[in-house]
Amino acid sequence: MTGALRIVHRNALVYRRAWRGSVFSSFLQPTLFFCAMGIGLGAMVDAGGEALPGGVTYAEFLAPGLLAAAAMQVAGFESTYPVLGKMMWFRNYEAITATPMSVTDLVLGELAWLALRLTAIAVAFVLVMTAFGIPRSPLVILAIPAAVLTGLAFAAPIMAFAATRKHSNTFNVLFRFVLTPLFLFSGVFVPISRLPRPLVRAAWFTPLFHGVELVRGLALGAVPPTWPLHLLFLAALAAAGIVVAQRTFRQRLHS
Amino acid sequence: MHSNETSLVRARGLTKQFGAFIAVDGIGFDVQPGEAFGFLGPNGAGKTSTMRMIACVSPATDGELRVLDMNPRTHASLIKARLGVVPQQDNLDTEITVRENLLMYARYFDIPRHLAEKRADALLQFVELDDRAGAQVESLSGGMKRRLTIARALVNEPELILLDEPTTGLDPQARHVVWERLYQLKRRGATLLLTTHYMDEAERLCDRLVVMDKAKIVAEGSPRELISRYSTREVLELRFPDDVHGTLDGRLSGIGERVEMLPDRVQVYAADGEHALQQVHALGIPFESALVRRSTLEDVFLRITGRALIE
Repeated sequence: MTGALRIVHRNALVYRRAWRGSVFSSFLQPTLFFCAMGIGLGAMVDAGGEALPGGVTYAEFLAPGLLAAAAMQVAGFESTYPVLGKMMWFRNYEAITATPMSVTDLVLGELAWLALRLTAIAVAFVLVMTAFGIPRSPLVILAIPAAVLTGLAFAAPIMAFAATRKHSNTFNVLFRFVLTPLFLFSGVFVPISRLPRPLVRAAWFTPLFHGVELVRGLALGAVPPTWPLHLLFLAALAAAGIVVAQRTFRQRLHS
Repeated sequence: MHSNETSLVRARGLTKQFGAFIAVDGIGFDVQPGEAFGFLGPNGAGKTSTMRMIACVSPATDGELRVLDMNPRTHASLIKARLGVVPQQDNLDTEITVRENLLMYARYFDIPRHLAEKRADALLQFVELDDRAGAQVESLSGGMKRRLTIARALVNEPELILLDEPTTGLDPQARHVVWERLYQLKRRGATLLLTTHYMDEAERLCDRLVVMDKAKIVAEGSPRELISRYSTREVLELRFPDDVHGTLDGRLSGIGERVEMLPDRVQVYAADGEHALQQVHALGIPFESALVRRSTLEDVFLRITGRALIE
Protein backbone atom coordinates (compact mmCIF):
# COMPACT_ATOMS: atom_id res chain seq x y z
CA MET A 1 0.00 0.00 0.00
CA THR A 2 2.84 2.43 0.75
CA GLY A 3 4.04 1.81 -2.80
CA ALA A 4 0.75 3.06 -4.19
CA LEU A 5 0.99 6.16 -1.98
CA ARG A 6 4.34 6.98 -3.57
CA ILE A 7 2.67 7.01 -6.98
CA VAL A 8 0.03 9.36 -5.56
CA HIS A 9 2.84 11.57 -4.26
CA ARG A 10 4.54 11.56 -7.65
CA ASN A 11 1.37 12.52 -9.47
CA ALA A 12 0.65 15.25 -6.93
CA LEU A 13 4.11 16.74 -7.55
CA VAL A 14 3.49 16.76 -11.30
CA TYR A 15 -0.06 18.07 -10.89
CA ARG A 16 1.07 21.02 -8.77
CA ARG A 17 1.83 22.97 -11.92
CA ALA A 18 -1.66 22.61 -13.32
CA TRP A 19 -3.92 22.62 -10.29
CA ARG A 20 -5.07 26.26 -10.45
CA GLY A 21 -6.50 25.91 -13.92
CA SER A 22 -7.92 22.55 -13.07
CA VAL A 23 -9.77 23.72 -9.95
CA PHE A 24 -11.17 26.67 -11.85
CA SER A 25 -12.52 24.49 -14.64
CA SER A 26 -14.00 21.94 -12.25
CA PHE A 27 -16.24 24.74 -10.89
CA LEU A 28 -16.77 26.43 -14.21
CA GLN A 29 -17.97 23.43 -16.15
CA PRO A 30 -20.92 22.44 -13.94
CA THR A 31 -21.87 26.10 -13.52
CA LEU A 32 -22.05 26.62 -17.27
CA PHE A 33 -23.96 23.39 -17.77
CA PHE A 34 -26.57 24.25 -15.14
CA CYS A 35 -27.05 27.73 -16.52
CA ALA A 36 -27.50 26.53 -20.08
CA MET A 37 -29.36 23.26 -19.64
CA GLY A 38 -30.83 23.31 -16.17
CA ILE A 39 -32.18 26.80 -16.22
CA GLY A 40 -32.61 27.50 -19.93
CA LEU A 41 -33.76 24.12 -21.17
CA GLY A 42 -35.25 23.31 -17.76
CA ALA A 43 -37.66 26.24 -17.94
CA MET A 44 -39.05 24.88 -21.20
CA VAL A 45 -39.26 21.29 -20.00
CA ASP A 46 -40.91 22.23 -16.72
CA ALA A 47 -43.45 24.41 -18.53
CA GLY A 48 -44.06 21.75 -21.16
CA GLY A 49 -46.00 19.26 -19.13
CA GLU A 50 -45.06 15.71 -18.22
CA ALA A 51 -43.78 15.45 -14.68
CA LEU A 52 -40.38 13.97 -13.97
CA PRO A 53 -40.07 11.03 -11.54
CA GLY A 54 -40.40 12.28 -7.97
CA GLY A 55 -41.93 15.51 -9.17
CA VAL A 56 -38.58 17.26 -9.37
CA THR A 57 -37.68 20.14 -11.68
CA TYR A 58 -35.59 19.46 -14.75
CA ALA A 59 -32.56 21.19 -13.19
CA GLU A 60 -32.88 18.92 -10.15
CA PHE A 61 -33.18 15.89 -12.39
CA LEU A 62 -30.29 16.84 -14.62
CA ALA A 63 -27.61 18.02 -12.18
CA PRO A 64 -26.84 14.74 -10.38
CA GLY A 65 -26.82 12.91 -13.73
CA LEU A 66 -24.26 15.35 -15.01
CA LEU A 67 -22.12 14.72 -11.96
CA ALA A 68 -22.01 10.99 -12.69
CA ALA A 69 -21.33 11.68 -16.37
CA ALA A 70 -18.53 14.10 -15.50
CA ALA A 71 -16.89 11.39 -13.39
CA MET A 72 -17.08 9.03 -16.36
CA GLN A 73 -15.59 11.57 -18.74
CA VAL A 74 -12.69 12.55 -16.50
CA ALA A 75 -11.97 8.90 -15.75
CA GLY A 76 -12.13 8.04 -19.46
CA PHE A 77 -9.69 10.75 -20.43
CA GLU A 78 -7.28 10.25 -17.54
CA SER A 79 -6.95 6.52 -18.11
CA THR A 80 -6.24 6.70 -21.84
CA TYR A 81 -3.81 9.33 -23.16
CA PRO A 82 -1.90 9.95 -19.91
CA VAL A 83 -1.50 6.20 -19.32
CA LEU A 84 -0.18 5.57 -22.82
CA GLY A 85 2.07 8.61 -22.42
CA LYS A 86 3.62 7.30 -19.23
CA MET A 87 3.82 3.85 -20.77
CA MET A 88 5.50 4.60 -24.08
CA TRP A 89 5.99 8.29 -24.88
CA PHE A 90 7.67 9.49 -21.71
CA ARG A 91 8.37 6.02 -20.26
CA ASN A 92 7.74 7.05 -16.66
CA TYR A 93 6.41 3.59 -15.85
CA GLU A 94 9.67 2.09 -17.08
CA ALA A 95 11.55 4.37 -14.65
CA ILE A 96 9.28 3.41 -11.77
CA THR A 97 9.38 -0.34 -12.35
CA ALA A 98 13.19 -0.28 -12.53
CA THR A 99 12.99 0.28 -8.75
CA PRO A 100 11.58 -2.07 -6.10
CA MET A 101 8.10 -0.65 -6.87
CA SER A 102 5.77 -3.35 -8.20
CA VAL A 103 3.24 -3.25 -11.01
CA THR A 104 0.50 -3.60 -8.38
CA ASP A 105 1.83 -0.48 -6.60
CA LEU A 106 1.73 1.31 -9.93
CA VAL A 107 -1.82 0.34 -10.90
CA LEU A 108 -3.28 0.95 -7.45
CA GLY A 109 -1.39 4.22 -7.13
CA GLU A 110 -2.66 5.54 -10.45
CA LEU A 111 -6.23 4.66 -9.50
CA ALA A 112 -5.88 6.10 -6.00
CA TRP A 113 -4.66 9.36 -7.50
CA LEU A 114 -7.55 9.39 -9.94
CA ALA A 115 -9.93 8.78 -7.03
CA LEU A 116 -8.54 11.89 -5.35
CA ARG A 117 -9.01 13.94 -8.51
CA LEU A 118 -12.55 12.65 -8.91
CA THR A 119 -13.31 13.48 -5.29
CA ALA A 120 -12.17 17.08 -5.82
CA ILE A 121 -14.30 17.36 -8.95
CA ALA A 122 -17.35 15.84 -7.24
CA VAL A 123 -16.99 18.17 -4.25
CA ALA A 124 -16.87 21.18 -6.59
CA PHE A 125 -19.92 19.84 -8.42
CA VAL A 126 -21.90 19.37 -5.21
CA LEU A 127 -20.96 22.87 -4.06
CA VAL A 128 -22.24 24.34 -7.32
CA MET A 129 -25.40 22.23 -7.06
CA THR A 130 -25.92 23.54 -3.53
CA ALA A 131 -25.46 27.10 -4.73
CA PHE A 132 -28.29 26.45 -7.19
CA GLY A 133 -30.41 24.94 -4.39
CA ILE A 134 -30.62 21.54 -6.05
CA PRO A 135 -29.88 18.89 -3.40
CA ARG A 136 -33.00 17.74 -1.53
CA SER A 137 -31.26 15.68 1.10
CA PRO A 138 -28.08 15.74 3.21
CA LEU A 139 -27.41 12.35 1.62
CA VAL A 140 -25.96 14.39 -1.24
CA ILE A 141 -22.67 14.06 0.66
CA LEU A 142 -22.71 10.38 -0.29
CA ALA A 143 -23.18 11.30 -3.93
CA ILE A 144 -19.49 12.24 -3.84
CA PRO A 145 -18.16 8.70 -3.19
CA ALA A 146 -20.82 7.33 -5.53
CA ALA A 147 -19.50 9.54 -8.32
CA VAL A 148 -15.93 8.52 -7.51
CA LEU A 149 -16.90 4.85 -7.71
CA THR A 150 -18.62 5.50 -11.04
CA GLY A 151 -15.39 7.00 -12.32
CA LEU A 152 -13.29 4.08 -11.09
CA ALA A 153 -15.66 1.58 -12.70
CA PHE A 154 -14.66 3.19 -16.00
CA ALA A 155 -11.06 4.01 -15.21
CA ALA A 156 -9.80 0.58 -14.17
CA PRO A 157 -10.99 -1.36 -17.25
CA ILE A 158 -10.05 1.46 -19.62
CA MET A 159 -6.59 1.67 -18.07
CA ALA A 160 -6.23 -2.09 -18.56
CA PHE A 161 -7.15 -1.60 -22.22
CA ALA A 162 -4.90 1.44 -22.70
CA ALA A 163 -1.89 -0.55 -21.51
CA THR A 164 -2.29 -2.88 -24.49
CA ARG A 165 -2.27 -0.09 -27.12
CA LYS A 166 0.62 0.88 -29.38
CA HIS A 167 -1.21 3.94 -30.78
CA SER A 168 -3.72 6.35 -29.35
CA ASN A 169 -6.04 5.97 -32.38
CA THR A 170 -8.42 3.55 -30.71
CA PHE A 171 -9.08 6.00 -27.90
CA ASN A 172 -11.14 8.11 -30.27
CA VAL A 173 -13.21 5.07 -31.12
CA LEU A 174 -13.71 4.44 -27.41
CA PHE A 175 -14.88 8.00 -26.81
CA ARG A 176 -17.12 8.21 -29.87
CA PHE A 177 -18.71 4.79 -29.84
CA VAL A 178 -18.73 3.88 -26.16
CA LEU A 179 -18.56 6.88 -23.84
CA THR A 180 -20.64 9.30 -25.92
CA PRO A 181 -23.57 6.88 -26.42
CA LEU A 182 -23.46 6.07 -22.71
CA PHE A 183 -23.53 9.79 -21.95
CA LEU A 184 -26.67 10.18 -24.10
CA PHE A 185 -28.59 7.02 -23.18
CA SER A 186 -27.90 6.38 -19.49
CA GLY A 187 -30.64 8.53 -18.06
CA VAL A 188 -28.63 11.71 -17.63
CA PHE A 189 -30.89 13.89 -19.81
CA VAL A 190 -34.07 11.84 -20.11
CA PRO A 191 -35.52 9.38 -17.60
CA ILE A 192 -34.53 5.92 -18.71
CA SER A 193 -38.22 4.84 -18.69
CA ARG A 194 -38.87 7.11 -21.67
CA LEU A 195 -36.43 5.22 -23.84
CA PRO A 196 -37.44 2.39 -26.19
CA ARG A 197 -37.70 -0.92 -24.34
CA PRO A 198 -34.54 -2.61 -25.68
CA LEU A 199 -32.52 0.42 -24.62
CA VAL A 200 -33.97 0.25 -21.12
CA ARG A 201 -32.80 -3.34 -20.82
CA ALA A 202 -29.42 -2.54 -22.30
CA ALA A 203 -28.95 0.30 -19.84
CA TRP A 204 -28.82 -2.20 -16.99
CA PHE A 205 -25.61 -3.55 -18.44
CA THR A 206 -23.90 -0.20 -18.73
CA PRO A 207 -21.99 1.31 -15.83
CA LEU A 208 -23.08 4.92 -16.27
CA PHE A 209 -26.74 4.05 -15.77
CA HIS A 210 -25.91 2.56 -12.37
CA GLY A 211 -23.80 5.57 -11.48
CA VAL A 212 -26.57 8.00 -12.46
CA GLU A 213 -29.19 6.08 -10.46
CA LEU A 214 -27.04 6.09 -7.33
CA VAL A 215 -25.88 9.69 -7.55
CA ARG A 216 -29.32 11.05 -8.39
CA GLY A 217 -31.02 9.02 -5.69
CA LEU A 218 -28.62 10.32 -3.07
CA ALA A 219 -28.74 13.93 -4.23
CA LEU A 220 -32.52 14.06 -4.36
CA GLY A 221 -33.05 11.99 -1.21
CA ALA A 222 -34.90 9.25 -3.11
CA VAL A 223 -32.49 6.32 -3.14
CA PRO A 224 -33.95 3.57 -5.35
CA PRO A 225 -34.54 0.18 -3.70
CA THR A 226 -32.20 -1.29 -6.34
CA TRP A 227 -29.24 0.60 -4.85
CA PRO A 228 -27.30 -2.52 -3.74
CA LEU A 229 -27.36 -3.77 -7.34
CA HIS A 230 -26.02 -0.47 -8.67
CA LEU A 231 -23.30 -0.43 -6.07
CA LEU A 232 -22.35 -4.04 -6.72
CA PHE A 233 -22.23 -3.57 -10.48
CA LEU A 234 -19.88 -0.60 -10.23
CA ALA A 235 -17.66 -2.20 -7.59
CA ALA A 236 -17.40 -5.44 -9.59
CA LEU A 237 -16.41 -3.55 -12.73
CA ALA A 238 -13.74 -1.57 -10.88
CA ALA A 239 -12.40 -4.72 -9.19
CA ALA A 240 -12.28 -6.67 -12.46
CA GLY A 241 -10.53 -3.73 -14.10
CA ILE A 242 -7.91 -3.67 -11.36
CA VAL A 243 -7.19 -7.38 -11.81
CA VAL A 244 -6.94 -7.16 -15.59
CA ALA A 245 -4.93 -3.91 -15.51
CA GLN A 246 -2.25 -5.58 -13.41
CA ARG A 247 -2.00 -8.28 -16.06
CA THR A 248 -1.83 -5.95 -19.04
CA PHE A 249 0.60 -3.58 -17.30
CA ARG A 250 2.84 -6.50 -16.43
CA GLN A 251 2.71 -7.86 -19.96
CA ARG A 252 3.61 -4.49 -21.39
CA LEU A 253 6.32 -3.50 -18.93
CA HIS A 254 7.87 -6.89 -18.26
CA SER A 255 7.98 -8.47 -21.70
CA MET B 1 35.29 -17.38 -18.89
CA HIS B 2 36.21 -17.52 -15.24
CA SER B 3 33.57 -17.99 -12.64
CA ASN B 4 33.65 -17.68 -8.92
CA GLU B 5 31.28 -17.07 -6.06
CA THR B 6 31.79 -13.33 -6.05
CA SER B 7 30.34 -12.77 -9.55
CA LEU B 8 27.76 -9.96 -9.44
CA VAL B 9 26.14 -11.31 -12.57
CA ARG B 10 26.43 -14.86 -13.77
CA ALA B 11 24.77 -16.12 -16.95
CA ARG B 12 24.88 -19.57 -18.51
CA GLY B 13 22.98 -20.48 -21.66
CA LEU B 14 20.88 -17.35 -21.17
CA THR B 15 18.18 -17.14 -23.82
CA LYS B 16 15.43 -14.67 -24.65
CA GLN B 17 12.79 -15.38 -27.24
CA PHE B 18 9.92 -13.18 -28.43
CA GLY B 19 7.66 -15.66 -30.16
CA ALA B 20 9.77 -17.22 -32.89
CA PHE B 21 12.38 -14.45 -32.75
CA ILE B 22 15.49 -15.27 -30.74
CA ALA B 23 16.86 -12.05 -29.26
CA VAL B 24 19.50 -13.65 -27.05
CA ASP B 25 20.78 -17.10 -27.92
CA GLY B 26 22.36 -19.05 -25.09
CA ILE B 27 24.99 -16.59 -23.90
CA GLY B 28 27.26 -16.99 -20.85
CA PHE B 29 29.36 -14.44 -18.98
CA ASP B 30 30.45 -13.34 -15.49
CA VAL B 31 30.70 -9.82 -14.15
CA GLN B 32 33.13 -9.34 -11.26
CA PRO B 33 32.86 -6.67 -8.56
CA GLY B 34 34.62 -3.44 -9.41
CA GLU B 35 34.98 -4.01 -13.12
CA ALA B 36 33.49 -2.16 -16.05
CA PHE B 37 32.02 -4.83 -18.27
CA GLY B 38 30.75 -4.05 -21.73
CA PHE B 39 28.46 -5.53 -24.35
CA LEU B 40 29.65 -4.28 -27.72
CA GLY B 41 27.66 -4.96 -30.84
CA PRO B 42 25.48 -3.43 -33.53
CA ASN B 43 21.83 -2.49 -32.99
CA GLY B 44 19.70 -5.60 -32.72
CA ALA B 45 22.52 -7.84 -31.47
CA GLY B 46 20.62 -8.61 -28.23
CA LYS B 47 22.41 -6.21 -25.88
CA THR B 48 19.31 -4.43 -24.59
CA SER B 49 17.40 -7.69 -24.16
CA THR B 50 20.27 -8.98 -22.04
CA MET B 51 20.29 -5.80 -19.95
CA ARG B 52 16.53 -6.02 -19.39
CA MET B 53 16.86 -9.57 -18.11
CA ILE B 54 19.59 -8.49 -15.70
CA ALA B 55 17.46 -5.52 -14.60
CA CYS B 56 14.66 -8.00 -13.69
CA VAL B 57 12.11 -6.44 -16.06
CA SER B 58 12.18 -9.21 -18.66
CA PRO B 59 12.00 -12.88 -17.72
CA ALA B 60 14.58 -15.15 -19.35
CA THR B 61 13.11 -17.74 -21.70
CA ASP B 62 15.78 -20.28 -20.84
CA GLY B 63 19.14 -20.71 -19.18
CA GLU B 64 20.55 -19.62 -15.86
CA LEU B 65 20.84 -16.06 -14.63
CA ARG B 66 21.94 -14.88 -11.21
CA VAL B 67 22.19 -11.23 -10.27
CA LEU B 68 23.80 -10.30 -6.92
CA ASP B 69 23.61 -14.01 -6.20
CA MET B 70 19.81 -14.02 -6.46
CA ASN B 71 17.31 -15.24 -9.01
CA PRO B 72 15.59 -12.38 -10.91
CA ARG B 73 12.47 -14.50 -11.28
CA THR B 74 11.91 -14.87 -7.54
CA HIS B 75 13.75 -11.92 -5.98
CA ALA B 76 13.21 -9.07 -8.43
CA SER B 77 12.45 -6.43 -5.79
CA LEU B 78 15.45 -7.30 -3.64
CA ILE B 79 17.74 -7.19 -6.67
CA LYS B 80 16.26 -3.95 -8.00
CA ALA B 81 16.83 -2.31 -4.62
CA ARG B 82 20.57 -2.71 -5.20
CA LEU B 83 20.73 -1.87 -8.93
CA GLY B 84 21.14 1.47 -10.67
CA VAL B 85 19.56 1.58 -14.12
CA VAL B 86 20.33 4.11 -16.86
CA PRO B 87 17.98 3.28 -19.74
CA GLN B 88 18.66 3.88 -23.40
CA GLN B 89 16.07 6.66 -23.59
CA ASP B 90 15.82 9.17 -20.77
CA ASN B 91 12.65 8.62 -18.77
CA LEU B 92 12.86 11.47 -16.30
CA ASP B 93 9.78 13.20 -14.90
CA THR B 94 10.01 16.23 -17.15
CA GLU B 95 7.31 18.21 -15.37
CA ILE B 96 9.06 18.47 -12.01
CA THR B 97 12.40 19.96 -11.05
CA VAL B 98 15.83 18.41 -11.33
CA ARG B 99 16.16 17.94 -7.58
CA GLU B 100 12.60 16.64 -7.20
CA ASN B 101 13.40 13.92 -9.72
CA LEU B 102 16.08 12.60 -7.40
CA LEU B 103 13.97 12.95 -4.24
CA MET B 104 10.98 11.23 -5.85
CA TYR B 105 13.13 8.39 -7.11
CA ALA B 106 14.62 7.97 -3.64
CA ARG B 107 11.06 7.49 -2.34
CA TYR B 108 10.62 4.48 -4.63
CA PHE B 109 13.61 2.95 -2.84
CA ASP B 110 12.14 3.83 0.55
CA ILE B 111 15.08 6.08 1.41
CA PRO B 112 14.27 8.42 4.33
CA ARG B 113 13.75 12.05 3.37
CA HIS B 114 16.76 13.55 5.19
CA LEU B 115 19.10 10.97 3.69
CA ALA B 116 17.56 11.43 0.25
CA GLU B 117 18.14 15.18 0.43
CA LYS B 118 21.77 14.72 1.39
CA ARG B 119 22.33 12.26 -1.44
CA ALA B 120 20.47 14.37 -3.98
CA ASP B 121 22.67 17.37 -3.26
CA ALA B 122 25.88 15.32 -3.40
CA LEU B 123 24.79 13.65 -6.65
CA LEU B 124 23.83 16.94 -8.29
CA GLN B 125 27.30 18.16 -7.48
CA PHE B 126 28.81 14.97 -8.85
CA VAL B 127 27.07 15.34 -12.23
CA GLU B 128 27.63 19.12 -12.19
CA LEU B 129 23.98 20.06 -12.11
CA ASP B 130 23.92 21.68 -8.66
CA ASP B 131 23.28 25.10 -10.20
CA ARG B 132 20.23 23.66 -12.02
CA ALA B 133 18.69 21.95 -8.98
CA GLY B 134 15.49 24.03 -9.10
CA ALA B 135 15.13 24.01 -12.89
CA GLN B 136 12.38 22.11 -14.69
CA VAL B 137 13.79 19.05 -16.46
CA GLU B 138 12.20 20.26 -19.71
CA SER B 139 14.72 23.13 -19.80
CA LEU B 140 17.81 20.90 -19.69
CA SER B 141 19.97 20.02 -22.69
CA GLY B 142 20.30 16.42 -23.84
CA GLY B 143 23.65 15.99 -22.10
CA MET B 144 22.31 17.42 -18.84
CA LYS B 145 19.31 15.09 -18.94
CA ARG B 146 21.64 12.15 -19.41
CA ARG B 147 23.73 13.23 -16.43
CA LEU B 148 20.58 13.63 -14.34
CA THR B 149 19.48 10.14 -15.37
CA ILE B 150 22.86 8.84 -14.22
CA ALA B 151 22.57 10.72 -10.91
CA ARG B 152 19.09 9.27 -10.44
CA ALA B 153 20.46 5.75 -10.96
CA LEU B 154 22.91 6.36 -8.11
CA VAL B 155 20.39 7.55 -5.54
CA ASN B 156 20.18 4.12 -3.88
CA GLU B 157 23.98 3.70 -3.85
CA PRO B 158 23.74 0.67 -6.14
CA GLU B 159 26.22 -2.17 -6.13
CA LEU B 160 25.80 -2.66 -9.84
CA ILE B 161 25.10 0.08 -12.37
CA LEU B 162 23.48 -0.85 -15.69
CA LEU B 163 23.97 1.62 -18.53
CA ASP B 164 22.21 0.94 -21.82
CA GLU B 165 23.86 2.98 -24.60
CA PRO B 166 24.84 5.74 -22.17
CA THR B 167 25.95 8.31 -24.78
CA THR B 168 23.83 7.48 -27.82
CA GLY B 169 22.29 10.63 -29.25
CA LEU B 170 24.64 13.05 -27.47
CA ASP B 171 26.92 15.53 -29.20
CA PRO B 172 30.69 14.84 -28.90
CA GLN B 173 31.24 17.35 -26.11
CA ALA B 174 28.38 16.02 -24.00
CA ARG B 175 29.64 12.48 -24.57
CA HIS B 176 33.01 13.38 -23.16
CA VAL B 177 31.46 14.85 -20.03
CA VAL B 178 29.42 11.66 -19.50
CA TRP B 179 32.47 9.47 -20.10
CA GLU B 180 34.44 11.51 -17.61
CA ARG B 181 31.74 11.07 -14.94
CA LEU B 182 31.52 7.33 -15.60
CA TYR B 183 35.28 7.13 -15.35
CA GLN B 184 35.07 8.82 -11.93
CA LEU B 185 32.50 6.24 -10.85
CA LYS B 186 34.84 3.49 -11.95
CA ARG B 187 37.67 4.98 -9.95
CA ARG B 188 35.47 4.96 -6.87
CA GLY B 189 35.15 1.21 -7.30
CA ALA B 190 31.66 0.99 -8.81
CA THR B 191 30.77 -2.00 -10.95
CA LEU B 192 29.53 -0.87 -14.35
CA LEU B 193 27.73 -2.94 -16.91
CA LEU B 194 27.22 -1.12 -20.19
CA THR B 195 26.06 -1.74 -23.70
CA THR B 196 27.34 0.28 -26.60
CA HIS B 197 27.71 0.22 -30.33
CA TYR B 198 30.52 2.78 -30.15
CA MET B 199 33.91 1.13 -30.16
CA ASP B 200 35.60 4.22 -28.76
CA GLU B 201 33.22 4.15 -25.79
CA ALA B 202 33.94 0.48 -25.17
CA GLU B 203 37.71 1.01 -25.44
CA ARG B 204 37.66 3.98 -23.12
CA LEU B 205 35.44 2.58 -20.38
CA CYS B 206 35.50 -1.21 -20.38
CA ASP B 207 37.99 -3.36 -18.51
CA ARG B 208 36.49 -6.38 -20.18
CA LEU B 209 33.85 -6.84 -22.81
CA VAL B 210 31.98 -9.32 -24.89
CA VAL B 211 31.31 -8.72 -28.56
CA MET B 212 27.73 -9.61 -29.50
CA ASP B 213 26.40 -10.29 -32.94
CA LYS B 214 23.10 -11.85 -33.98
CA ALA B 215 22.07 -12.80 -30.43
CA LYS B 216 25.35 -14.53 -29.63
CA ILE B 217 28.63 -13.69 -27.96
CA VAL B 218 31.35 -13.94 -30.60
CA ALA B 219 34.40 -12.82 -28.60
CA GLU B 220 35.39 -11.94 -25.06
CA GLY B 221 38.38 -10.20 -23.49
CA SER B 222 39.86 -6.83 -22.59
CA PRO B 223 39.90 -4.29 -25.42
CA ARG B 224 43.67 -4.71 -25.74
CA GLU B 225 43.48 -8.51 -25.77
CA LEU B 226 40.78 -8.47 -28.42
CA ILE B 227 42.74 -6.13 -30.63
CA SER B 228 45.93 -8.18 -30.39
CA ARG B 229 44.02 -11.41 -30.94
CA TYR B 230 41.93 -10.34 -33.91
CA SER B 231 43.79 -7.46 -35.50
CA THR B 232 47.25 -6.08 -36.19
CA ARG B 233 48.93 -3.24 -34.37
CA GLU B 234 48.30 -0.75 -37.18
CA VAL B 235 45.90 -0.26 -40.04
CA LEU B 236 46.56 1.50 -43.33
CA GLU B 237 43.39 3.04 -44.76
CA LEU B 238 43.52 3.80 -48.47
CA ARG B 239 40.99 5.58 -50.65
CA PHE B 240 41.25 5.14 -54.39
CA PRO B 241 39.57 6.97 -57.29
CA ASP B 242 36.28 5.24 -58.20
CA ASP B 243 37.59 3.81 -61.50
CA VAL B 244 40.64 2.33 -59.76
CA HIS B 245 38.76 0.96 -56.73
CA GLY B 246 36.91 -1.59 -58.84
CA THR B 247 40.06 -2.96 -60.47
CA LEU B 248 42.03 -3.58 -57.28
CA ASP B 249 41.04 -7.24 -56.93
CA GLY B 250 44.05 -9.14 -55.69
CA ARG B 251 46.58 -6.46 -56.63
CA LEU B 252 47.25 -5.54 -53.01
CA SER B 253 47.55 -9.07 -51.70
CA GLY B 254 50.83 -9.81 -50.02
CA ILE B 255 50.99 -6.37 -48.43
CA GLY B 256 50.58 -6.51 -44.64
CA GLU B 257 48.90 -9.48 -42.98
CA ARG B 258 45.46 -9.00 -44.46
CA VAL B 259 43.63 -6.72 -46.86
CA GLU B 260 39.99 -5.81 -46.28
CA MET B 261 38.05 -4.39 -49.25
CA LEU B 262 35.24 -2.07 -48.13
CA PRO B 263 32.82 -0.28 -50.46
CA ASP B 264 34.48 3.11 -49.92
CA ARG B 265 38.03 2.23 -48.86
CA VAL B 266 40.65 -0.46 -48.48
CA GLN B 267 42.09 -1.40 -45.10
CA VAL B 268 45.52 -3.02 -44.96
CA TYR B 269 46.22 -4.73 -41.63
CA ALA B 270 49.92 -4.57 -40.84
CA ALA B 271 52.27 -4.38 -37.88
CA ASP B 272 53.97 -1.45 -39.58
CA GLY B 273 51.53 0.74 -41.50
CA GLU B 274 54.17 3.07 -42.94
CA HIS B 275 56.00 0.12 -44.42
CA ALA B 276 52.80 -1.15 -46.02
CA LEU B 277 52.24 2.32 -47.47
CA GLN B 278 55.68 2.26 -49.08
CA GLN B 279 54.83 -1.10 -50.66
CA VAL B 280 51.62 0.37 -52.14
CA HIS B 281 53.64 3.29 -53.49
CA ALA B 282 56.07 0.84 -55.09
CA LEU B 283 53.17 -0.84 -56.95
CA GLY B 284 52.43 2.48 -58.63
CA ILE B 285 48.64 2.32 -58.08
CA PRO B 286 47.33 5.90 -57.75
CA PHE B 287 45.35 6.56 -54.55
CA GLU B 288 43.51 9.62 -53.26
CA SER B 289 44.45 9.44 -49.60
CA ALA B 290 46.27 7.23 -47.15
CA LEU B 291 46.06 7.13 -43.36
CA VAL B 292 47.96 4.99 -40.88
CA ARG B 293 46.16 4.49 -37.58
CA ARG B 294 46.05 2.17 -34.54
CA SER B 295 43.77 -0.85 -34.64
CA THR B 296 40.48 -0.44 -32.79
CA LEU B 297 37.61 -2.63 -31.67
CA GLU B 298 35.89 -1.64 -34.89
CA ASP B 299 38.55 -3.68 -36.72
CA VAL B 300 38.00 -6.55 -34.31
CA PHE B 301 34.29 -6.53 -35.07
CA LEU B 302 34.91 -6.33 -38.81
CA ARG B 303 37.32 -9.24 -38.60
CA ILE B 304 34.95 -11.45 -36.63
CA THR B 305 31.68 -10.69 -38.41
CA GLY B 306 32.78 -9.35 -41.78
CA ARG B 307 30.60 -6.27 -41.16
CA ALA B 308 31.07 -2.80 -39.74
CA LEU B 309 29.62 -1.98 -36.30
CA ILE B 310 27.67 1.03 -37.50
CA GLU B 311 26.44 0.57 -41.04
